[in-house]
Amino acid sequence: MELRKRRELIGKVFEGIALTATAIGLVALTLLLLDVARRGLGVLSWSFFVNYPSRFPEQAGIRSALLGTLWVISLTALFSVPLGIAAAIYLEEYAPRNRLTRLIELNINNLAGVPSIIYGLLGLELFVRGMRLERSILAGALTLSLLILPILITASREALRAVPMSLREAAFALGATRWQVVRHQVLPVAFPGILTGIILALSRAIGETAPLITIGALTFIAFDPRGPLDKFTVLPIQIFNWVSRPQEGFHRLAAGAILILLVVLLSMNALAIYLRNRLQRRYQW
Amino acid sequence: MEEIILEAQNLTVYYNGRPAIEGVNLRIPRRRITAIIGPSGCGKSTLLRCFNRMNDLIPSARVEGKVLFEGVNIYAPDVDVVEVRRRIGMVFQKPNPFPKSIYENVAFGPRIHGVRDRRKLDEIVERCLRAAALWDEVKDKLHQNALTLSGGQQQRLCIARALATEPEVLLMDEPASSLDPIATMKIEDLMRELTREYTIIIVTHNMQQAARVSDYTVFMLAGEERVGRLIEFGPTQQIFTRPRDRRTEDYITGRFG
Repeated sequence: MELRKRRELIGKVFEGIALTATAIGLVALTLLLLDVARRGLGVLSWSFFVNYPSRFPEQAGIRSALLGTLWVISLTALFSVPLGIAAAIYLEEYAPRNRLTRLIELNINNLAGVPSIIYGLLGLELFVRGMRLERSILAGALTLSLLILPILITASREALRAVPMSLREAAFALGATRWQVVRHQVLPVAFPGILTGIILALSRAIGETAPLITIGALTFIAFDPRGPLDKFTVLPIQIFNWVSRPQEGFHRLAAGAILILLVVLLSMNALAIYLRNRLQRRYQW
Repeated sequence: MEEIILEAQNLTVYYNGRPAIEGVNLRIPRRRITAIIGPSGCGKSTLLRCFNRMNDLIPSARVEGKVLFEGVNIYAPDVDVVEVRRRIGMVFQKPNPFPKSIYENVAFGPRIHGVRDRRKLDEIVERCLRAAALWDEVKDKLHQNALTLSGGQQQRLCIARALATEPEVLLMDEPASSLDPIATMKIEDLMRELTREYTIIIVTHNMQQAARVSDYTVFMLAGEERVGRLIEFGPTQQIFTRPRDRRTEDYITGRFG
């Protein structure tokens, strides 16, 4: 009897510890969100979206930063998604299983762990100076593409690897070429997983500040970016800029911009979950 | 004398440099069912997968010797693997329909080989599902996901899918081993039906099944060194009643394996 009570007690204690751990994370996140919302909700108005940054907090807005973020993320997606998926397909479906392939795989995994500011330095040398793109949207998007490529490749490879081998064999046995097998059988099944990887990688890119500051993205832009070669700023840089000012008015603006960034991020994640569930219902195993 | 459609000549398969089967010589008669039997690990599936070059998909596998299909070596350098696999279909141990509709499963083969016309595809789908004795069960739900079918139905769908590329030979790797007895019986009846047009090679663990359905039987065995060899080949009746080799007799009488 005594032993049984002791065992049950230990079980209860562990459950309590696990619950506390979960609660700490949730409470911290909730407090953070509440604090940001309390300070930022007040500044959300039409003029906050359509105004350029300004010396006067009451006139300042996120127009150029939001446009910059949209430009940079769209171009980043345009460059990185096809490259990432194609590289993953090559490594999973085509590459011979030899030492060179393993070396490449190892390096991609390592690249995913390199601090983002290093990518900023690379972008500065390669795109800003080497290719003379200056501090343009294009240079920023290329830098962020390099940053998220390893994440994209790794996520896409995992999605491809999860496709059962029996499916590939079935298609090969019908006389399908390797490309037909990939295109018609493997990719459709792997697609929900790849999509999730894409959106999570882009979410990462949208929140990055360091590499863009390193390549010299400006912190004060009072015009609309009109093309990939224009100078730009993005939401996280605008937030950074406002937070580092002494006046309380700018801190409220920063909180408002954080809210917008969060809304963008959470909607991207929600979209990923929605698409994944929808597509997975079609390709259930 | 039977007409020969497939012939293995001195066939050896290596995995990672180690032979899995060695020196197999075998002549497969046209429009007959040939069963390959033997204990686990004797190389039955390895031999079967030589006939449509599925071993190509295993990076560590290397094949030596020849497989003549209608007199042409399918391992010759100028041979189109895709065409070999179109003409020599395969059904796997575990039913593996594509996670698509029943219709799309059957239509995939003809599509990748260039059939675009919708009416032609409809006709192929119906003909193959009929040939696989599945049509009556699925004709009202052709656009339902194939994974909603039972295991036995899925396997017959896989047979229909294999028939859709108009092959001459069907390779079956233990096609009934994951099915219940009734579904197994349906598959066996179907195989007998199919020999009017097709040559079938079936790998089976089940000796009763080999005795029931096949015309010819191949007995394989791996010795101490775990290299599979062909021990005996002959008409099924003879193999099961008057085997020439002691080892064949020991196996079919259940003394080992």
